[in-house]
Amino acid sequence: MSDELEKLYKDMAQSIIDGDSDVSVELAKKSIELNIPPLDAITKGFVVGVNYIGDQFGAGEAFLPELVMAGEAMKAAVAVLEPELLKLGSARETMGRVVLATVEGDIHEIGKTLVGTMLSASGFEVTDMGVDQPAEKIIGKALEIDAQLIGLSALLTTTMVRQRELIEEMDKENLRPRIKVMVGGAPITRDWATKINADGTSEDAVGAVQLAKRLVGKA
Amino acid sequence: MRPKLTLLSDEIIARILAEAYELLLRPGIKIQNEEARDLLRREGVAINPETHVAQIPASLVQRALESVPREFFLYDLHGNPAVQYGGDAVHFDPGSSGITMLNPETLEHETTETEHLIRLLKVAEQIPQYDAQSTAVICHDVPKEIQDSYRLYLALLYSKKPIVTGAFTNQTVREMIEMLALFAGSPEAAREKPRAIFDVCPAPPLIWSNFGAGNLIQLARSGIPAEIVSVPLAGAASPVTMLGTVTQHTAECLAGITIHQLAQPGSPIVWGGAAAIFDMKKGATPMGAIETAMLDCSYAQVAKTLGMPTHTYLGATDSKLVDAQAGLESGITAMVGALSGINMISGSGMLDFLACHSAEKLVIDAEGIAMAKRMIGGVKQHTDTLATGFYDDKINFKGGDFLKQKITMQLFREEQHLPSDVIDRNSTRQWKASGSLDAFGRAKLRVKELLASYRRPELDSDQMARLHSYMLDLAKKAGVEELPRLDDGK
Repeated sequence: MSDELEKLYKDMAQSIIDGDSDVSVELAKKSIELNIPPLDAITKGFVVGVNYIGDQFGAGEAFLPELVMAGEAMKAAVAVLEPELLKLGSARETMGRVVLATVEGDIHEIGKTLVGTMLSASGFEVTDMGVDQPAEKIIGKALEIDAQLIGLSALLTTTMVRQRELIEEMDKENLRPRIKVMVGGAPITRDWATKINADGTSEDAVGAVQLAKRLVGKA
Repeated sequence: MRPKLTLLSDEIIARILAEAYELLLRPGIKIQNEEARDLLRREGVAINPETHVAQIPASLVQRALESVPREFFLYDLHGNPAVQYGGDAVHFDPGSSGITMLNPETLEHETTETEHLIRLLKVAEQIPQYDAQSTAVICHDVPKEIQDSYRLYLALLYSKKPIVTGAFTNQTVREMIEMLALFAGSPEAAREKPRAIFDVCPAPPLIWSNFGAGNLIQLARSGIPAEIVSVPLAGAASPVTMLGTVTQHTAECLAGITIHQLAQPGSPIVWGGAAAIFDMKKGATPMGAIETAMLDCSYAQVAKTLGMPTHTYLGATDSKLVDAQAGLESGITAMVGALSGINMISGSGMLDFLACHSAEKLVIDAEGIAMAKRMIGGVKQHTDTLATGFYDDKINFKGGDFLKQKITMQLFREEQHLPSDVIDRNSTRQWKASGSLDAFGRAKLRVKELLASYRRPELDSDQMARLHSYMLDLAKKAGVEELPRLDDGK
């Protein structure tokens, strides 16, 4: 790899670490001008930055704003590169399609939004339906976009039971294990996830990405 | 806007000063040091030859107040100004001269020795909330005659920070001044960039003892800063009323400054203390009482009226363990001290009426100090518009909107203090996963980490040799051939 190219990849990673969408977009455009394969720009450049900030966050060295800004900068760069990938007929192999939602009767979404940001930064195609979503709508959306994974959030002990209802509904229609379900939210424990027969849960957004990768067989 | 706590009106402060001047004349101040009496007599002060009570006139005090510096600095090992005495600068240091230390495993209060002081120095050295070290505990494994000098010797070996210290005899203060001069290279160098400040205590009520006044004089002549630690006990060694106690404190400080400035005009000295109420049930001197903090806030206000640098003793507790009482007394009083704009607030780490030290408490207290410092940082305006600028076209009325703003990343560290792991903000699950520890348990872990990461400052080898041979000489004079073995500090 030429020094120049190496420097470009480094700058790309740094733009993600800095959470600077302006710079990451500019570097993405530059890589197109230089005829660098878009997939290389993503995997050898930007993703390195996402992984770094994720590790820093896990170690308590980085904080939520940095994590989210890194995710945003990643999304912005990928948005520039995606049309190029399509042109080349080598559409980026995504990690998978995910539907995210907060259960019916619950309007909390910061945690879910964080998970969404981190999942898209890590190469998932994320459809975030927002809050207060009934089970049938969530399942409908998952089928519509042929999702491999549903991420279900609940912040209240009174609404977490909806997670069980959605899983029961899916089992009734034999949608699993084709579509996996991961659950999250402040009151959600591993015991709860096991009890309701979910496919997994995670404490935080970084862990959720690891879990999602595992569930779609790409860990 | 910086928040400030004031308890006294200008009118009351004027009356405190007026009555303090009256106290200096009647009943007067008992001066138990001959040299101090000579200095005063030379200025025409009347002194009773039998009781040694001096009538100090206001004019003489005012002359002293004119020559005393309003601001000076303490310097670190590398000669950088690290502590500002004067104005509303706020610094914290661990409490001084403890005689026991809490063993975090057995919870016994152990009699302190060399290893205890070293442990405290290592921990305080790495906590940014402590701008200065103190000679925190007495080392009972060396002879009494050298205990003062030995504490300073260890602080010089194990720290880069300025040092708040003190001496219990005229002999040891002289030795310590010599030690600082040797360490700095010359008496002039030690004076020009002082590394240490010495606490000097009058005895309540209205007494300047032989060693107290003697230390003031020696410090003034050496140019090494002195810190008056006047210790009125409201209801026992001073009037039961707060205003009466603050007035006595004022008189003791004014008398001390007068003696000090007569010995050497222009030498640096601080208006300080460890005032406390007297507990009427237990006969104790509660350092964690709110009235104790109120006395300190009040006398600091008097000092500020005169433009004097300030010191106090807050951030300590009377509890015997690092428990909820320790947390609330230390945290609340540290906050009062910071809001009062006191230049040096001593006492962190201390339990049991300033008798017992704890490294674990030092790391917890650091979090209270950080909160107090954040508080006096105030509510700032960082942006041109207060809020409207935050709502751009990307706002989609979702809870996480502001996490995605660049300005959040830029400003959150300025707006929010980020506590260490001693403060628990985990989810219950995370908390359980990390051992279900309480604050004391987390503090024990933090102390272990700090002891493991500590590195001794690199001293110039000549400097080190001078310091060591001076200390060894003192030890030999005190009848011991060797000093306790020190760990290498890595």
